[in-house]
Amino acid sequence: MADQPLAPRIELPIPAKARQKRIWVERIIGSLLFVAAFSSVAITTVIIYILFSETAVFFEKVIEIHHESLVAALAEFLTTTEWSPLIEPVTIGVWALLSATITTCVIASLVAIPFGTIGAIYLSEFAPAKVREILKPILELLAAVPTVVYGYFALLFVTPLLQKIILAVQKWYEPGKEPWEYYELPGFNMLGAGIVVGLMVIPYVMSMAEDALQAIPSHLREGSYAMGATRLQTALRVLLPAATSGLIAAYILGLARAVGETMIVAVAAGLQPKFTFNPLEGAATTTAFIVSASLGDLPHGSLEYQSIFAAGIMLFFVTFLMNVAGYFISRRYREVY
Amino acid sequence: MIDMLRNPLAIRASVKARTRWEKFFIFLGLFSIAIALLTLVLLVGDLLLRGAPILNWKFFTSPPSGDPAEAGILTAWVGSLLVILVTIVVAVPLGVAAGIYLEEYAPKNWLLDFIEINITNLAGVPSIIYGLLALGFFVYILKWGESILTAGCTLALLILPVIIVATREAIRAIPQGIREGAYAVGATRWQTIADHILPYSMGGILTGVIVGVSRALGETAPLVTIGALTFITFLPDAPLKGEFPYVSFKWLWSPFTVLPIQMFNWVSRPQEEFQVNAAAAGIVLLVLTLGVNAMAIYLRYRFRKSIKW
Repeated sequence: MADQPLAPRIELPIPAKARQKRIWVERIIGSLLFVAAFSSVAITTVIIYILFSETAVFFEKVIEIHHESLVAALAEFLTTTEWSPLIEPVTIGVWALLSATITTCVIASLVAIPFGTIGAIYLSEFAPAKVREILKPILELLAAVPTVVYGYFALLFVTPLLQKIILAVQKWYEPGKEPWEYYELPGFNMLGAGIVVGLMVIPYVMSMAEDALQAIPSHLREGSYAMGATRLQTALRVLLPAATSGLIAAYILGLARAVGETMIVAVAAGLQPKFTFNPLEGAATTTAFIVSASLGDLPHGSLEYQSIFAAGIMLFFVTFLMNVAGYFISRRYREVY
Repeated sequence: MIDMLRNPLAIRASVKARTRWEKFFIFLGLFSIAIALLTLVLLVGDLLLRGAPILNWKFFTSPPSGDPAEAGILTAWVGSLLVILVTIVVAVPLGVAAGIYLEEYAPKNWLLDFIEINITNLAGVPSIIYGLLALGFFVYILKWGESILTAGCTLALLILPVIIVATREAIRAIPQGIREGAYAVGATRWQTIADHILPYSMGGILTGVIVGVSRALGETAPLVTIGALTFITFLPDAPLKGEFPYVSFKWLWSPFTVLPIQMFNWVSRPQEEFQVNAAAAGIVLLVLTLGVNAMAIYLRYRFRKSIKW
């Protein structure tokens, strides 16, 4: 009796063998999940690899055609203003595409930044909670409209409207001329496309700017109110400066979207590469060029085929730098408080 | 300043002036939001005015045609459906798995930071770049051709960041106590996830998937790049068959067109008759994307209300 153990030996709920199996299953699942998470890195790598390798071939071919060095080809690419890789004589001045990209982007930001910021301040500081609850989902819906539908809107609604407005303004200033003497806005123009890109970007800018304002701790607001400031004074003199980095991040990320926007400009701004900063003209942006070249059913390995990758690599790096800048700036403002 | 404070009339005047500015600003704020909303109203109104008259059964059941009165969207919506199917099958498991890893497994180190920055960056890469990736990689390196499979995978990569972020947020919202409870009764990490974390975060994940799907439905640029813009008058091979083995995967390799591309094709034609078709296709596209999105917003609202930890 005495040498019997005090308590019966506890059997582990799982036998050792099953436990070993469980450990292995865990490991396998863990590594599968890791592979899934790492796939994002793989995607980025493949994007960079494809863009670089095809662009390298593009430059090799250009050097062959022009009998010049890589430095000269790169110089032509980055400093000249004629872009016609598809027709002889081949010219590869990317500024013909960048000028249109910049022009539509500037117009878009002139629309999106003021309206986005004011709307965000209103939503964050002035709107009653109920109004905000209703408005925010509607703004989200606006961001979900397919861009080809926006392109349709720019070409068939906004541009005709602009044509009428421009004509009316001219008639107001110089009445009595013959109808054909007035300037007529062309059907493809960067103004209409840029405005619609701006309208498309408003919800993004508004919601990111609102997040930046909401992130400001309320004691800053309370301090300002305690000094007798109104909500508007608080918003403009206390909250805006405090949220500067967040707002800048919102603008940069919104602009990155405008730079990368494709269908609106491809439908409404025209597909002809042209070096111009005049918004009343039509011109192809970088993205619109890629679309128009792809429409021609590119033969694999031709110079045309590689030219869209050369245009794409520009686009990728511009938007990449903007996204990274936006990411780090917005990360910083979160850490301040 | 001090002088002013001693004078109640001056204070009252100052308050009045500032209140007026504030009212003006509220007007400006409402105006900014109205601009955004007005865009939506004008957009929908213009599409309805032009396109609604030809939205009938025939429009849905006819293939595209050189005659605008005969043209329909049969091949486009079937194509969209099949492409989205591939997108969901590829993107959802990959995205959810990545989200689970990043929230539940990943050690806090530079690698996690690196992956995180990568995903943020991928979310901001212009969609047409994904088209170039697909053209160079899927079409020419893997030799999948300009097929439904290529298109589905391209859109899957495009919406992957959306699903990953939604999964992470849904998982992060689950209180730590649930996990500790599961571990306390001897569950392994994967058992905890499969039996508790995943079911509880299903609402949030579903919302993310729906938002991603609506984005994929409306996406045009990357599919133009891989060469989807073809005049397609035939349907892909049917996925379900009458005879054994009942399912067929030949449709994966079929050329295709999708709704946004059909619309783009019609918009960019000079003849005005085709613009009516474009408007009608636009209505279908808007009903699909906005409807799907509204569903996501409703789901999020409901799940936020119903779950009380």
